[in-house]
Amino acid sequence: MIRLAPDQSAQIRRTEKVEFTFDGTAIWGHAGESLAAALIRSGRLHLRDAPEDTDPRGAFCLMGLCQECLVVLEGQTVESCRIELQPGIDVTSLRYGADG
Amino acid sequence: MLLLCGTAQMADLIDILVVGAGPAGGNAALAAARHGKHVVLLDEQVKPGGQIWRAKDSSILSAPQTPESSAGDALRAQITKAQIDHRGSTRIWQIERQTEGWDVHVLRDGQVERLTTKTLVLATGAHEFVQPIPGWTKPGVFGLAGATALFKQNLSPPGQRTIVSGTGPLVFFVASEICRLGGTVAAVVTPNTRRDWVAKLPALARRVDLALRGALWIVHLMMDRIPIFWGCSVVSVEGVARVESAEIQKLDANWAPKGETWSIDADSLCLGHGLIPSIEAPQLSGVTISYRSDLGGWVPDIGEDGATSVEGVFLCGDGTGIRGAAAAELHGTLAGLSAAEHLGARTAKERATLRSRFNRAARFGLAMTALSTPRPGLAMLTKPDTIVCRCESLTQTRIAQEVEVGAASTNAVKSGLRAGMGPCGGKYCQTAIARFIAMHENRPEAEIPPSAPRPPLRPVPVSALSADFDYDDLPIPKPAPL
Repeated sequence: MIRLAPDQSAQIRRTEKVEFTFDGTAIWGHAGESLAAALIRSGRLHLRDAPEDTDPRGAFCLMGLCQECLVVLEGQTVESCRIELQPGIDVTSLRYGADG
Repeated sequence: MLLLCGTAQMADLIDILVVGAGPAGGNAALAAARHGKHVVLLDEQVKPGGQIWRAKDSSILSAPQTPESSAGDALRAQITKAQIDHRGSTRIWQIERQTEGWDVHVLRDGQVERLTTKTLVLATGAHEFVQPIPGWTKPGVFGLAGATALFKQNLSPPGQRTIVSGTGPLVFFVASEICRLGGTVAAVVTPNTRRDWVAKLPALARRVDLALRGALWIVHLMMDRIPIFWGCSVVSVEGVARVESAEIQKLDANWAPKGETWSIDADSLCLGHGLIPSIEAPQLSGVTISYRSDLGGWVPDIGEDGATSVEGVFLCGDGTGIRGAAAAELHGTLAGLSAAEHLGARTAKERATLRSRFNRAARFGLAMTALSTPRPGLAMLTKPDTIVCRCESLTQTRIAQEVEVGAASTNAVKSGLRAGMGPCGGKYCQTAIARFIAMHENRPEAEIPPSAPRPPLRPVPVSALSADFDYDDLPIPKPAPL
């Protein structure tokens, strides 16, 4: 079938895959992409709990406004959509609920 | 010829400080620099381009070009070549009037810094309006415009199987990008009808290139047998701790939900209902605002070529009304030239030739804004127990209680409930709250302005402030009027 908007995903060349951890689990992403993008690709969407009702939250605006994608990196709370993925980093979700 | 130091001293007096490096701010900086002005261009992102022409991140070694990436690359090349001091990854959080101009407080690499400038060009762009629906806080729901950041910067789809729901041309762009990047679109859902689009044919005919591109997106979706539900909206999101499915419902002509609902499985949802001008920085500079539904809501009051009633402050781009990127480029050039003129350059002739082109581009952009702006019935998608303020997990019922005991303004709701005081600074709740108050009190939206902006405009870590500030240096904002 003729495709007017072809799937170009195979034509995209990316940096090598690197490992990092999220809540202790090793996952991979591409060095230099945003941490949020790597987490979304790996299916890790639940990044934090809402402080008031501990409901699960994840990246929403992806442009540094909503503060929903906050995670903990090296003891600092950071916006995962504005952090470049480096190999070997240890990232944890921000949990206030019973499981956190 | 002006020589710029690699590390600018705090005491340096800048001629023109441009905030925002999208189509408007980037072109404002270029225009002012052409007239020999000392221009500093601040932007939150690493590279210029704004949201519309957001640059790829460093993980992308090569990829097919798109119209957006080409336009962004062209702007970035021009800015690199020009005598412009571009500072990326820099957020402004406070603007203060000083005797010789303006102090702009910025945050960069975890450090605060104060820049002093004779004139300001604010090109702060827009953010997204999302009508709150049940379940919209679940992980896997992304803003419709927000998702485009993922496409342009990371070249990734938002999930394996995505529902795209929202207004205007953006739904079709987002759906098309998901297909291009290897994702699957479960359905496209839009409150607009085919008739709404036909009514805009005269405006579309002004930009045949853009109209054809939009038509191709739709034809492609149809050829791929992706369902397009016209005159409908996603009305709730189901799933434990993440998106698993979404309910879709027909809307009436006023966009209130009506009639049958059905469910579609998906692992992600892109949801958005138009853009809102980002007016906080202009407001902090003292520019007054007015309600203009044709421009996307509350906009700063501007005169010709981005001039304002505040001396030395110029505004341009979507932050002054949602006219689209093509208009923003020209508006930016006009505002940059106006700022240069304010500092002694002669730019009147150049501006005169640009004005009609700007007006033409704006007409197309405003037609798209008209398609994207929510109709009043859409507010009915928010149910009593729906979270409206994401930061503080406040439901519509809580806000209704506050309004019933007399909170008749967004400022009153904010001080009573903290709706708008959370980390997002009200960017994702103020418009919905204002519309709720208007509906509840049967008053026009033009009577319910957004709450007064308070610094910091972006979250500032305490460590950044304590490192560089004495107590006497801390700016103490005026209390918000109730």
